Amino acid sequence: MSQPATMFEKIWRRHVVVDRQDGYTLLYVDRHILHDGSFFAFERLKQVGQKVRRPERSFGTPDHYVPTDTRNVAAISDDRQRLLVTSMARHGAETGVTVFDVGDRRQGIVHVMGPEQGITLPGLTMVCGDSHTSTHGALGALAFGIGSSEVTHVLATQSLWQRKPKSMRITVDGQLGFGITGKDVILAIIAKMGAAGAVGHVIEYAGSAIRALSMEGRLTVCNMSIEGGAKAGMIAPDDTTYEYVRGRQFAPKGAAWDAALNQWRSLPSDDGATFDRELSLAGADIAPMVTWGTSPEDAAPITARIPEPSSAPDIAKREGIERALAYQGLTPGTPIDGIKIDRVFIGSCTNSRIEDLREAAKVVKGRKAAVPSWVVPGSGIIKEQAEAEGLDRIFEDAGIEWRHAGCSMCIGVNGETGKPGERIASTSNRNFVGRQGRGVRTHLVSPAMAAAAAVTGTFTDVRKLLPN
Amino acid sequence: MDKFTTLTGVAAPLNMINVDTDKIIPKNYLKTIKRTGLGTALFAEMRYDEGGRENPDFVLNKGPFRNATILVSGENFGCGSSREHAPWALLDFGIRCVIAPSYADIFFGNCFKNGILPMILPEPRVNELLRFLLELPGAEITVDLPAQTVTGPDGKADAFEIDAFRKHCLINGLDDIGLTLQKEAAIKAYETTAATSRPWV
Repeated sequence: MSQPATMFEKIWRRHVVVDRQDGYTLLYVDRHILHDGSFFAFERLKQVGQKVRRPERSFGTPDHYVPTDTRNVAAISDDRQRLLVTSMARHGAETGVTVFDVGDRRQGIVHVMGPEQGITLPGLTMVCGDSHTSTHGALGALAFGIGSSEVTHVLATQSLWQRKPKSMRITVDGQLGFGITGKDVILAIIAKMGAAGAVGHVIEYAGSAIRALSMEGRLTVCNMSIEGGAKAGMIAPDDTTYEYVRGRQFAPKGAAWDAALNQWRSLPSDDGATFDRELSLAGADIAPMVTWGTSPEDAAPITARIPEPSSAPDIAKREGIERALAYQGLTPGTPIDGIKIDRVFIGSCTNSRIEDLREAAKVVKGRKAAVPSWVVPGSGIIKEQAEAEGLDRIFEDAGIEWRHAGCSMCIGVNGETGKPGERIASTSNRNFVGRQGRGVRTHLVSPAMAAAAAVTGTFTDVRKLLPN
Repeated sequence: MDKFTTLTGVAAPLNMINVDTDKIIPKNYLKTIKRTGLGTALFAEMRYDEGGRENPDFVLNKGPFRNATILVSGENFGCGSSREHAPWALLDFGIRCVIAPSYADIFFGNCFKNGILPMILPEPRVNELLRFLLELPGAEITVDLPAQTVTGPDGKADAFEIDAFRKHCLINGLDDIGLTLQKEAAIKAYETTAATSRPWV
């Protein structure tokens, strides 16, 4: 009988090509996801005279640079931006990599597209030149973000040299309260462990509150693992996962499905498996969360007040809070509930899936937006599904803009940003200085909380607006 | 990739923690289709005002720091986005070495792919170096990668840790694609086995 192993350990072992004596492992990459920012990696591949080793293992879709007000790529006025967007399809045609281009209903944000197409599966190793690749771990895959040079390496060799990360288990037990979502769970976790709290570790999220999350909620939790510094985040596959994966385009079918399922059932961490670190939270204690500062760790319950810098444990932290509040234009001691906002963004690889849009629509229904607000679905398929359910009508009737799929205002490299000084309630993943535009003040919230902010014009405890 | 052996140069103090890659190179510069020429965009939102004029208070706009080749900063340097534009911008400005107590994983790896040494020193020593550099603008730090030592403006030499493989690649300016291609037989063997054990992938 072998030692009890963690899920991470099991997946890692199955992907070792070479174990070198100096502690490096050549790890096989099952599936590789690409986007319009992968431009440099393809160009580099040509420069070094290499070909894509296994094109059938790579899938691309333009997302970062695509406009979300139109599907007319030719209308992009910036030549370089247009080149980046159109190069994804060109690189696909040149190399044999499958690409879902603008105009294809499967186009969308890479981390929405992967699970949606059944490209993301339990037990796989997956990489993408984007830090939010941790998202895919929600299906029980080992998935992590890499840099452009590493993307070239994976294209050429279908593998990566890695040192084995440490393991960490974060257990959230108990029942989440009314109105509490995966977004609130992950913000509460990051507030507790810090933005560098999990550096060098692969997180496994466990516990009854995690098990009870839908696939969408799990994807949100794993998505923000990187904001806690983690190498990856993962959740053991279970019936929720299998039901989600079954029947998707690139998922196994028939006898292959049965064989896969049989193996997937052996993936969860064994009883008695040990982790290098453990952290736990009580699910029942988590409230709707709002970030107040310029790091995702600066998160607090909607019922809290803006912190006093003097409450910080040391000078560096105190100065950090002072700098963050100066940028955010906030006064210590102000109740978060009631702070005025200027704009709302609902979208991003964190929160643009169908359940996210349903939760936002539930709050918006029958109300009017008090500030300019956007909803940007994560893929063309989600857009269609939301329209079939009438969600687009609910948003548009409230005066909220219903847009096309893309990363949009989460990163703003397509030109979609806020204005200097604007305060945005955003369902994205980063509240860094300048992230949504120079001088823009970002506050991270769940889709329901963003919708509550949209219809009231202030941060508002969504539990007061939701029908019981 | 340029080799990295020893380096003596002006070190700039950036006394902040959690310096994210959006700070290192903001979004408006990501529309570039070249890896080079990003030095002017380094730390752009802190370095320039809305009109593109230099902010005189920002460290890299102050006299000797314009020629900095080393950057000293706080914990969790390079967190956030995986954009490799961050090390490209540092390198194009002339920074070959960053010194901090800790780094985010992706940025840390990206540095090595571009001939930049992301050195880890204990926080008290980093804080000491930051103080020296703020008091003595233009002071130099000497890095000896083969010997794994770093000498501050105070003359104090510290040993630093670095993974032997990454050290070897930096000193020799090696790109690891070439090394990996030598493992072709092992990759092929892995693929043959996996085709049987996990045929659905």
